[in-house]
Amino acid sequence: MNFELLTQLIVNGLIVGLLYGVVGMCFVLVYKSTQIVNFAQGEFLLIGAWICWALLIYLELPFIVGFLLTMVFMAVFGILLQMIVLRPMIGEPIISVIMVTIGLSIFFQALMKWIFGVSAQSFPKVFETESIQILGLNIEVAYLMSTVIALIIMVAFYLFFKHSKYGLAMRATAFDQQIAQSLGISVKQVFAMSWGIAATVSATAGVVIAMVSGVSNSLSMMGIKVFPAVILGGLDSIVGAIVGGLIIGVLENVAEFFDSQYLHIGNMYDIAPFYVLLIILWFKPYGLFGTKDIERI
Amino acid sequence: MSSLTMRPCGDFRTSYKQDNTIFETKTIKNIAIITIALLCSAPYLVDAYYLTLFIQISYLGIAALGLNILVGYTGQISLGHGAFFGFGAFASAWMNISFGIPVVFCIPLAGFLTMGVGMVFGLPASRIKGLYLAIATLAAQFILEDFFARADWFSGGSAGSSADPINLFGFAFDTDESFFYIALFALVFMYIWGCNLMRSREGRAFIAVRDHYLSAEIMGIKLNKYRLLSFGVSSFYAGIGGALYAHYLGYVSAEGFTLFMSIQFLAMIIIGGLGSIKGTLMGVVFMVFLPEALEGGVGLMKMTEWGNIPMVVDGLAYIKEMAIGLVIILFLIFEPEGMAHRWGQIKNYWKFYPFSY
Repeated sequence: MNFELLTQLIVNGLIVGLLYGVVGMCFVLVYKSTQIVNFAQGEFLLIGAWICWALLIYLELPFIVGFLLTMVFMAVFGILLQMIVLRPMIGEPIISVIMVTIGLSIFFQALMKWIFGVSAQSFPKVFETESIQILGLNIEVAYLMSTVIALIIMVAFYLFFKHSKYGLAMRATAFDQQIAQSLGISVKQVFAMSWGIAATVSATAGVVIAMVSGVSNSLSMMGIKVFPAVILGGLDSIVGAIVGGLIIGVLENVAEFFDSQYLHIGNMYDIAPFYVLLIILWFKPYGLFGTKDIERI
Repeated sequence: MSSLTMRPCGDFRTSYKQDNTIFETKTIKNIAIITIALLCSAPYLVDAYYLTLFIQISYLGIAALGLNILVGYTGQISLGHGAFFGFGAFASAWMNISFGIPVVFCIPLAGFLTMGVGMVFGLPASRIKGLYLAIATLAAQFILEDFFARADWFSGGSAGSSADPINLFGFAFDTDESFFYIALFALVFMYIWGCNLMRSREGRAFIAVRDHYLSAEIMGIKLNKYRLLSFGVSSFYAGIGGALYAHYLGYVSAEGFTLFMSIQFLAMIIIGGLGSIKGTLMGVVFMVFLPEALEGGVGLMKMTEWGNIPMVVDGLAYIKEMAIGLVIILFLIFEPEGMAHRWGQIKNYWKFYPFSY
């Protein structure tokens, strides 16, 4: 057994898992506060990465400026999307809302393909050194940065929800929309805000991934890969999303390892999370941390 | 199907049987029969191009009806219908090649095989619902797609597998004209079957599960059984549609049956109308003609002075995809009950004209 490779893969899995956790957190945020399952989450990553890429390549902006501009754009984009497309869907049955986000996902995926083409583009170099050695493991600097960014985002989420007025308003809305509204919280504002935050934070993840592996349409797969993570953690638990993301990140790398060393089935990296997903749904549909629905007539 | 549309004065239903007929009035029945008779002579009247479109409508329509039984009538969501469609296609070709079963029997057998697979993936459906189910079927989509690409013995792997044309009493249905009749027969048969299913005990149980599953369970409807059964029926339809597709094209490759296809099926039934059998067909026709119309539109634009924009002309494939996404969103915002509902409104308007009350 090749332990060195296994450790390397597990570390990679943890790093990627943190990113899954970040995207999963955005997903859970939208689900908790607006009861919408967002199938267009992956497109936020895609759009963010392409916009940032275009700003850096065509306008030749320094990375930090381009990155911040992308964030601003995505915040506005997320809020507008909620206001124009998703606000009319409030109160519609769940299938309609799911289908609207699927429609959005198709639309933006095709739009990005149309504007930027289908071939992958590499991101301009942000760091001088490619990778560094930590404890004998080879870790790319971009990965290290992504870990730092992911941790910062997670701490920021925590502080925002625990200690800010808006965070409190969002938690109140997630708890009960009607009560929140009757206490003077603008639920509309909360909805728009949660979409804005989700779009911005997902785009950050998108840019980080693009820095490592280039911008291409496959970025939107992240939006689908995040489902196993959030289901494993429980759809309405932010902590669950992070834990689920880490588990799925490690799991796909370990599955890949065992597959390449012993099983030789192939393509396990992409498919293993979905087998896990199916098994979780079979035995524990509300995940590790999710709250169980109790329904009354 | 009798529905909740308003009826003109004097049109009373005095028995349950009358209320439950396939065709609401005699006129509608006659129109349906005449349409089918006209379609039978279509190969002699219209261009071959329209025949291929019709064949496309029929195999997609059969699969879409299956999805509508699951989504529109039972209230379960499936994002894996495209994969089930593909499974039917591969299964039929596989049985024909490996066991030498005649194609005519392969098609229904492929339906039953797909039904089994659908029920395995639908097993969680008996416990979960709504968006959890959507995600479970999403997993089914990716697992099946991966299976097609990998299982050489079943699907021919990345090379794909070939499928023989339908052969009946020594006559091969290998041209568009002859396959048209097979497609028409299958379409009419499966739609009548779908109508009848919805009039039966099982169909009413599906609708009860959709409308209020807790009440349905209290009334003695076994939720697990009917959710699973609905999954089975839906996959059966998908399998039949897929098998027809395989034997029409003569070749199946693993690339076509993606998540995008599943979404297209969902788009068809949403545009047509959830829980409406005639709406399903309307939605399929719409979705088949939409890319054709776009192509025609861009073709016309290309001819004009101002319209020959290279970006639009070259990006036609993406514009088609965008249009599908856009149509889904617009329909859900402005006409969530689909074309069938709109059609009913138009009909009622003329029925009650000029007194619209």
